[in-house]
Amino acid sequence: MKSFRSIGNLLATATLWLLSSLLSTTALAEETIKVGILHSLSGTMAISETTLKDTMLMLIEEQNKKGGLLGKKLEAVVVDPGSNWPLFAEKARELLQKNKVAAIFGCWTSVSRKSVLPVLEELNGLLFYPVQYEGEESSKNVFYTGAAPNQQAIPAVDYLMNDLGVKRWVLAGTDYVYPRTTNKILEAYLKSKGVKDKDIMINYTPFGHSDWQSIVADIKKFGTAGKKTAVVSTINGDANVPFYKELGNQGITADKLPVVAFSVGEEELSGIDTKPLVGHLAAWNYFMSVDTKENAEFIKKWHEFIKNPKRVTNDPMEAHYIGFNMWVKAVQKAGTTDTDAVAKAMIGIEFPNLTGGVAKMNKAHHLSKPVLIGEIQDDGQFQTVWQTKGLVDGDAWSDFLPESKVIIADWTPPINCGNYNTKTKKCSGQKY
Amino acid sequence: MSKRNNNPMLPCWEKPLLLLASGLWVLALLLAGLAPARADALADALNPLPTVAMADMEQAIGKLAQVQDPRVGGVLKALLEARLFYVKESKRVVFADPKDDGFKLTDALTGEALGEVGRFDVKKIPITNALRTVLNSAIAKLELTAPDAKQRLKAVESIIQNPNPEALALLTKQVGQEPDNTVREAIQVALSLADLSGSDKTLRVQAIHALEGNLNQEVRNRLTALQEKTETGDFIEPDSDIRNLAAVALKKIQLKLEMNRLGEMLFFGLSLGAVLVLAAIGLAITFGVMGVINMAHGELMMIGAYTTYVVQLLMPNAIDYSLFVAIPAAFVITALVGIGIERGIIRFLYGRPLETLLATFGLSLVLQQLVRSIFSPLNRSVSTPSWMSGSLEINSALSLTLNRFYIILFSLLVFWGLLMILKKTRLGLEVRAVAQNRAMAKAMGIRTDWVDAMTFGLGSGIAGVAGVALSQLTNVGPNLGQAYIVDSFMVVVFGGVGNLWGTLVGGLTLGVADKILEPYVGTVLAKILMLIFIILFIQKRPRGLFPQKGRAAEG
Repeated sequence: MKSFRSIGNLLATATLWLLSSLLSTTALAEETIKVGILHSLSGTMAISETTLKDTMLMLIEEQNKKGGLLGKKLEAVVVDPGSNWPLFAEKARELLQKNKVAAIFGCWTSVSRKSVLPVLEELNGLLFYPVQYEGEESSKNVFYTGAAPNQQAIPAVDYLMNDLGVKRWVLAGTDYVYPRTTNKILEAYLKSKGVKDKDIMINYTPFGHSDWQSIVADIKKFGTAGKKTAVVSTINGDANVPFYKELGNQGITADKLPVVAFSVGEEELSGIDTKPLVGHLAAWNYFMSVDTKENAEFIKKWHEFIKNPKRVTNDPMEAHYIGFNMWVKAVQKAGTTDTDAVAKAMIGIEFPNLTGGVAKMNKAHHLSKPVLIGEIQDDGQFQTVWQTKGLVDGDAWSDFLPESKVIIADWTPPINCGNYNTKTKKCSGQKY
Repeated sequence: MSKRNNNPMLPCWEKPLLLLASGLWVLALLLAGLAPARADALADALNPLPTVAMADMEQAIGKLAQVQDPRVGGVLKALLEARLFYVKESKRVVFADPKDDGFKLTDALTGEALGEVGRFDVKKIPITNALRTVLNSAIAKLELTAPDAKQRLKAVESIIQNPNPEALALLTKQVGQEPDNTVREAIQVALSLADLSGSDKTLRVQAIHALEGNLNQEVRNRLTALQEKTETGDFIEPDSDIRNLAAVALKKIQLKLEMNRLGEMLFFGLSLGAVLVLAAIGLAITFGVMGVINMAHGELMMIGAYTTYVVQLLMPNAIDYSLFVAIPAAFVITALVGIGIERGIIRFLYGRPLETLLATFGLSLVLQQLVRSIFSPLNRSVSTPSWMSGSLEINSALSLTLNRFYIILFSLLVFWGLLMILKKTRLGLEVRAVAQNRAMAKAMGIRTDWVDAMTFGLGSGIAGVAGVALSQLTNVGPNLGQAYIVDSFMVVVFGGVGNLWGTLVGGLTLGVADKILEPYVGTVLAKILMLIFIILFIQKRPRGLFPQKGRAAEG
């Protein structure tokens, strides 16, 4: 009896031990869902991207407080691609292969996104890209939560043309892919509206350009020829400060020659003396100054998280906010973090904007969002002067370029293609 | 009254007195009634501003401008300058001036000081660009009779740009009694332009003659408009005499403009050159005289620029004077850093240029990251003192931006100062001696170690001073130095190593050449062409524009 009992005991302990060890290993393997954050924390782009990393950490922390996702906690995996474009691809590979992340939130410049794309498609990962960009792309593995040209540039030009009566146009930009493509689209659009060649001036400058004297003098000469003129600026990064300073010094004020910018937001303005900029315009899908309950709450949370009540919020932060929450909803809907299932569930997901209204993920993997135009105030904030009536559907392939007019992106069956020619009824085979 | 008149009890002489008294009383009543009515008109126009919808704002401003009250001008200006706020609770309209972290308030109606409040207690009355135009023309009308000639001139110029019959009538009245010549001329231009758009041919011809050679932008636009054709190819202006006269006048204006444009281009070139000279002149000392390839030179400039930022942080109420403190402060701080670098790193590496290059390059990365850690990777905002913003107007077609103008002067001053130090002081003598022949200088009892440290400190200090100047032109951020290091080396190599004059001439030449090329080939290509030119030039003259001669050149 005794021996029997002891055997029974032994058996019981053994089973218990086995069970517990089994439980603990499964718990270890499955207790978190990993989320990759791929933003530069050093180098030239650190200025803009560091904030987005912090935004993501805040969102993940908040989701964990709500109880995580699918009963598991979320875990952020932060890597630093150091503003080095090829390194973005390597880091993305590391995130997907080594860390097995469920989704990546990251990239800022278009060139970094382009460098990550092949890796995403090869390893079937998911990327949420939060920055306004030039369009002409739609990948199965990317969700574009920033603005496409028709959600930023085109409405801004419409506003200038219809509300301010602008007849002459200066398209000034930094010399790389985003300004070049955007200006190509804008030029085609302006010409379709009957603007003549002699009323369009195009100018490109290198990154970080600081001596704007003769360019601003040229713009002044071009802009004072009698017709109302505006500058559409795709000047990116550091070069903006000396540009606006020179405008102020040469006596070009916003009421005479307004500048509408696509890359100047609250974050960029917080580093400069905004007095010479008052009245110039910017077009975004979000302004910190928009007075809604959701926005006030978001700003409060951000200030608490970053422990600095003076920090500003901006458009790409809202894009991550929407993108992340949509991903959470999609994962809940699909019941798994599997890329294909989540990507399928993403389409049609809705989430409230911070500026009022509801954003919706469309078939081309772009968002439908409202477009706002604001004037810069002397405190570095924007005052909304115009906004679209409803939501604008993000259009991956511009309707104003002859070569991409016939192309659409639709990631639902039967098309299932990011580059579908409606005339020849063929998918180009190019995956992105 | 009639009752009183009939009162038999009153003596006859009292009647007119009573009449007078009652008349006075009525007058007093009227006056008393009038004064608050006047104040109320302003209050009536002003008080709704906090609640008025953006779309009705233009009307509200128009109403405000119509009020006959001396305070209107001040209120309109405050609105334009974004100084007009309202208290969130009471909706009281106030002038607000930033003070510490809040605002100092003054009542807009009574001028009563209301003390200080936090920045969340008040809200700015918002305006847009369209409203700014409205405000500007309203203020112009009010300021036509201002005592200051500059204000009057601004008012007239604003009317020239947005003419309306009401303002032109005011100008016609004003022209006879205007004491200031410039203002009178401007008024005449405005009136001539009005005549030009009239229908009386003699007046129009006269107007064109009066406008001949005038450089005002509006004049040029109007004359050009007279030459334009409609889409069917007919001239918009039917009178061919007027058209031809206008064409002649326009040609004269164009000629003058070309001259001005040339002047402007030269100024742009010189100012770019001056920046290059400032950036390169410190390097001319360390690289040119000592032969040290200091890749951290740009970062020393960055330290100078950050010094300006810190100085402005320390004296937020005296931004106008901050640069005078920042220049010596930057010199001392960067000179000390420079001496530290020389004593700590470079002195162990003399005669090993490759290792010096690598060590200083590493150091530049360390300094950048240090700044990122201390000040954050974001650019810092450095304010421009009021005396450096705006431009110096030579005529209506040519104006020189003041910040560039001062920087040209400053760079010449720095150059002259450095030249004097090298020529006239004992340190300069020793520096030149060591540069020419180290062993001989040592034999003469010169402490070469000390001279090396001082020379490097001097070059670094100059870099810091250049950083102060750059903070007024470009971003103050961790990458500031990188943007200028290549240009600096280019200037020194082009000008001739070891020769200060070479640096001056080289920098200015490169600046002017760049600005001449830029309008034709664009910024990017201009830079490439300059680089190619220098490479070819160095092939032909490896020692630069002003090569060192004699034995020193061999060592």
